[in-house]
Amino acid sequence: MADPVAQGGRGVSGVLEYLLDPATWTREDGLVDRLVEHVGISALALLVAAVVAIPVGLWLGHVGRGGFVALNIGGIGRAVPTYALLVLLVLMPAPFGANVPSFTVALALFTIPPLLTNTWTGVREADPAAVDAGRGLGMSGWQLLWRVELPMAMPLLLSGLRLAAVQVVATTTVVGLVGGGALGRVINTGFVSQDTRLVIAGAGLVALLALATEVGLGAVERRSGRRSRRGGDDAPEDPVPGRSAGEGAGTSAQGAAQAAR
Amino acid sequence: MIDVAAGSVLHAGSVADNCLLRNEWVCPLYVTTRSEQILAALQQHVAILLVTLAVSVLLALPLAVLAHRTAWVRGFVLGASTVVYTIPSLAMFSLLLPVIGFSARTVVVALVLYSLTVLVRGLVAGLDAVPGEAVDAAVGMGYGRWRLLREVQLPLALPTAFAGLRIAAVSTVALTTIGFLFDSGGLGNLVNQGLTSYFKAEVLTATVLCVVLAVLVDLLLVGLRRWLTPWRRGVAA
Repeated sequence: MADPVAQGGRGVSGVLEYLLDPATWTREDGLVDRLVEHVGISALALLVAAVVAIPVGLWLGHVGRGGFVALNIGGIGRAVPTYALLVLLVLMPAPFGANVPSFTVALALFTIPPLLTNTWTGVREADPAAVDAGRGLGMSGWQLLWRVELPMAMPLLLSGLRLAAVQVVATTTVVGLVGGGALGRVINTGFVSQDTRLVIAGAGLVALLALATEVGLGAVERRSGRRSRRGGDDAPEDPVPGRSAGEGAGTSAQGAAQAAR
Repeated sequence: MIDVAAGSVLHAGSVADNCLLRNEWVCPLYVTTRSEQILAALQQHVAILLVTLAVSVLLALPLAVLAHRTAWVRGFVLGASTVVYTIPSLAMFSLLLPVIGFSARTVVVALVLYSLTVLVRGLVAGLDAVPGEAVDAAVGMGYGRWRLLREVQLPLALPTAFAGLRIAAVSTVALTTIGFLFDSGGLGNLVNQGLTSYFKAEVLTATVLCVVLAVLVDLLLVGLRRWLTPWRRGVAA
């Protein structure tokens, strides 16, 4: 990390020079390595959170319990500072410490609230007429959940996943403050060595990555929405209320995203 | 064997044996011996929160009213807030450093930017939700634009706006910790010190205080909203 600091200008032109130098990207612990670490840690945390939150949210929504927890967990998540939680885990004995398991657990804990809230809300808001019809057809609880409630919860579930993904990509940056890698390390190195080029490059890359996640998953969401609407013959979900519901959940999960970072 | 013996001697009542030396997570002795330091950090945390909330509310009000009235301002404000919320706090703090400098001001500016995104959205949503009949009735009674805003629209927008304010306040309490980068993170300074010196009690105490502060602020805001909107008492949430 010493040589990029020593060479080149320090202003905006310095940032371009730094970013256009192939060695910046390809050398060991260069931007490519950091980017891969960032995406890897984020994806792992999102996966762990999804494996925990989605089944729990589906089940609680299906049996109609746990509403208080599902709806207020976001507030609890917001109140815990990510940085402090990361430090707590880093100081814990093995298997924790300044390592990937700690980072994954800390980030997953912040990703669970928006996922759980959206999944639960999605199942609860499934059209009661459709659920009744399913029950009338003799569907078991499991079939009802799998064939009726889950498809109807899909739009909210997907928007929850998108919010959680954007949040976790942004939050992974904090890992760089406790001795981990990822793009936060680039920012932190720039911060400590007062090299603005590294700070701007790192911050810009994280912001781009978060925006790309938002736009990319948004496209997936719209696509699956279109398909499910075409699939159902009397699909009741007209795009407008579906969207506004997602948006409403969005603003609350957005707050969660804030705290998480 | 020697270790066990030494340990038992310590436990038998050596003056030096305490939770600080054993570096335990929960350590009342830490709290009693460092109370001044803890209070100073807490004070800084609260001061940063109050300044942040005051500045963001003052900025959010005119922005939201403008966004409510003018379509292009609304598009701009909502678009900008989406971009701001994707910028990670660490990046935001670091990017503001060359512009504002190494001080608590940088922390406050970053926190204000984050709070604004939530506050403006909450206020705009609240203003949008004001029933048309209420506005029509006031206009029919000869209310001017200013009086309409002050006496009808803002009070009716308060419950929704307060939801945003609560999110902003709780997030600000948690986010302030990253301000340790500028030596202005309140309780975050203690967490960082604890990390560098491997001092468990310091980290846990500061974290718990931070969460307790966030919960207290949230409860205070709920109380304030109930006091400000007496006509809604008895309505859930």
